[in-house]
Formats: sequence, C-alpha cells, structure tokens
Amino acid sequence: MKLYLKFLSIHIRSAMTYRASFFLSCLGHLLITTNVFLSVVFLLGRFGTVGGYTLSQLSLCYAVILAATSLAECFGRGIDAFGRILSEAQFDRIMLRPRPLLFQVLCQDMKPTMLARVLQAAVMLVWAIGSGAVSWTPAKGLVLALMIFCGAAVFFGVYLINACVTFFTLEHIEALNIFMDGPREYGKYPFGIYGKPVLLVLTFLVPLALVQHWPLQYLFDRGPAWYGFLPVASLLFLIPCGLLWRMGVRHYCSTGS
Amino acid sequence: MKKYWSFFKMRLMACLQYRGAALAGMSTQLVWGGMEILLYRAFWLENPERFPMGMEALSTYIWLQQAFLTLFVIWDWDYDILKSVKEGSVAYELLRPANLYGMWMAKCLGTRLARASLRMIPVIVVSSLIPAPYGLRLRIPPETFGVFLLAMVLMLLVVCGYSMFVYALTFHVTDPNGVMVLSVAAADLLGGAIVPLPFLPEGFRQFAALTPFASMQNVPLRIFNGNIPLSEAPGVMGLQVFWAVALLAVGCGLTRSGLRRAVIMGG
Repeated sequence: MKLYLKFLSIHIRSAMTYRASFFLSCLGHLLITTNVFLSVVFLLGRFGTVGGYTLSQLSLCYAVILAATSLAECFGRGIDAFGRILSEAQFDRIMLRPRPLLFQVLCQDMKPTMLARVLQAAVMLVWAIGSGAVSWTPAKGLVLALMIFCGAAVFFGVYLINACVTFFTLEHIEALNIFMDGPREYGKYPFGIYGKPVLLVLTFLVPLALVQHWPLQYLFDRGPAWYGFLPVASLLFLIPCGLLWRMGVRHYCSTGS
Repeated sequence: MKKYWSFFKMRLMACLQYRGAALAGMSTQLVWGGMEILLYRAFWLENPERFPMGMEALSTYIWLQQAFLTLFVIWDWDYDILKSVKEGSVAYELLRPANLYGMWMAKCLGTRLARASLRMIPVIVVSSLIPAPYGLRLRIPPETFGVFLLAMVLMLLVVCGYSMFVYALTFHVTDPNGVMVLSVAAADLLGGAIVPLPFLPEGFRQFAALTPFASMQNVPLRIFNGNIPLSEAPGVMGLQVFWAVALLAVGCGLTRSGLRRAVIMGG
C-alpha cells in the first residue's frame, strides 16, 4: 500500500510538471461529460420524463456512473496501456520483480486528470441528493456507496479483460470500446430504458446493470430492498476476469529484447 | 494541382492499408448506433408528439452519422501536422515546391475520405436491412440525393477548413491544446453530434444553427432524412458556403502570416 501511494504521488507530480496542460486536459474531460449531461437536460426539458424518471433522478444515475468510471480510469488506467507494455517487452522486466504482477502494471500509469471528473460527479451527487430525487435512509446511503465502488470494480474488470485479450492478439481490439467507453456514455440513463435485451446482457454477461439499473429501482422506491444489494453480486464478475488474467500470464511468451 | 492530387492519393492509399481496424470500428459503430436508437425510442414512446421529426427520420440521421463518422469528427486531428509546426520539421515541407496550405488540405481530405470509404458501406448495408422505423431509409427522391451530395462536399470543406484554421493557429500560439479542447466540445454540442439540433431548446437552437459547427454534419444528414425540406436547403447551404470560404480564407491568411514570422532554429 505504501508503495502504491508512492507511485500515486509520482504520477501526480509528473502530471503537475506541465501545469497548464494538466488543467487543460482536466477541462477537456469535464467539457465532454458536461456535454453529455447537457444532452440529458435538453431532452428532459423537451419530454419531461423518460421511462418514468425525472431529471433529478437521472442526474443521480449519471453521477454514480461518472464517479465509478472516473475512479476506475484514474487508478486502473495502467492496464489500458497494457498493449504497449507487452509489445515493448516491458512485461519481462515486470515479471522479474518480486511484487505482484497486476500491482506493478497498475502502478505503471495512472490518470490523475480523471479526478476532475470525480469532483464533477461529487457536485452532481450533492445536487441530486438535495433535489429530493430519493427519500434518504441510512440503508440507501450505503447502497449508493456500494453502487459507486462496485461500479468502479466492474469497470476495472472490463479493462482487465481488455488487457488480457492483448496477451493473445498483441493489439488493442477496438470493438471492446463498446464496453469500455460505451457505458459512460449510455449509463447516463438507467439501462432499462434501452429495452429488455440490453438489460439482460448488462445484467448477466457484463453486470453493469447490477451497479446501476437494479439498485436505482430500490433507491427510487420502485423495487424491493434486495435489489439494493445487487452491487455486491456484481463483484462475482471479477472472478472470471482474474482467471483470464492468470491464463494470459501463463500463455505469455516474451517478444524478446 | 497534380502534386496536391498525388498527396491526396498517397494519404488515401496509406489509410486503406488498415482494413482490419476499419472492420473492428464498423462493429463498434453498429452497436453505438443501435444503442442511440433504442434511447430515442424510449423518448418516442414517452411522447411522440414532442418529437421534432419522425422516428424513421431520426433513425436515418443516426445511421448516416455512424456511417460517415470519420468524415466529420472534429477530434480527428492530424497530429503529424501539429507536431511538425511545434518541432520545426515543417521546414522540410517548406522546401517542397508546393503551397503548404494546399498540401495540408489534400492530406486532410484524403485521410477523411479513405477512412469513411472503408467504414460506410458495411454500416449502410446492415442498417438499411433493419425494419422501419429503426433502420436506415435509403429511398429518397433523386433531386434530394443530389442536394445531399452537394451538402456533403460543402460539409467536408467546412470541416477541413476548420481543422486547417486550428493548425494555422499553431504558428501563432505556443500550445493549441486549449483551442482544440474547446473546439471538440463546441462541435459536439452545437453541431448536432450528441443530440440532433432540432431537439435543442428554442433560442439555443437558433444560435447553434449560425455557428460553423452546424454547417458540418447537421446539414447533409438532415437534408437526407427530409428534416430540411428542399425549399429551405439554399439558405442553410448558403451558410455552409459562407463558412467554408471564411474558414479557408482565415486559415490561408494565418498560415501566410505565420510563415512570414516563423524563424526556424537549428541546422
């Protein structure tokens, strides 16, 4: 843990060396997500509600997804550059060091600029909580925290799968972006909006609905209380991800020096 | 003219090498388009009267947007050009007996056309097989199609003119990143990339329509899906011509004045 914090501070310091460009890329990230949220505001302004959700409920939904993806991207970004680590044979060096492999890969790269989005998500959360979208109880507060942290874990699992694929293909697969960048874009609405088939895929295949759609039903008093604890079940997704990672490591043979 | 044509061809050929990437990109585009349509379907079911166009017209807009994505996305900057200005290797380019602005323009057009030509056909074929109102409606009157093609050409000039304007700006500012970040955000919102312009609220929509970003994908896509009737086409296309000319002129001017001031260091 101490080592991880050390790496974190190194990455933050190196990002802060070019202060102007650090803030500009923060601004860039913020503008993109603000635009996405504005599109929700505009459409809701025209239609009033969608699928029975109001604007303040949707902003809660988007804040949760935003916080989860940004946390995952900020701390799990090292895995995104994994294709490069493999093709430049840096992975050999990593394997020689007496520390867990995954830990080292994660420490290779972090994205502190994503913290700007976490901040934005926090502001939106405060607003959504204050606007009376949910009648709050301690249990619901706990569910909200679970949604964010389990959400970040599931997104991290998706990144991990993406990295594992590069063990076999040596090259990033663009089609996987559907599950990497897509959810941030489409998670602005509860996944149930997109119809049953999409909801089923995102419940049982890639369990993103378990951290977003189902617990939201509980928060908005539209479903039973056990829906609220489904985010915990989503953590099961990490098991196949971990297995795939181990399979990938075993399959790995160096690209040479 | 011939030398610019060969720059254009070189770029086209280089981009056509990456067929695998195009195929992968295509499947992404199909899924994204599908999700987008499912989303608007939810709004449509909620209240069809508040829909500013028919569901089929909207589906057509979204599928065409996915098919031609690489033609008009602003964020597809040519980092080679930006780097060459920043690091000074633009000096080599200046030695060539060709106009710098013309060369860049040929590169920009070539890259965009090559990427789009690979991606558009499968997206168009698959999406036109989807049953109405969620598929791409290809049957339109031939005169509409002609106007659409003309609007596409104008759109391409506006998009490349805008990119060129940003490249030329690099001669004058040390870090073009701020302009780039703001352009991408503005184009997303004002150009109808996230939400088609007719869905924007009153007032804001009229403002957006005047910006150069609305002269990009917004015009040809809405002519094709019938949202802009042919009687209104001359007006919006006139605006396209204005922005194309203005951006090309400003970009050319900035390049010329930038080159006059530029001092290349080193030997």
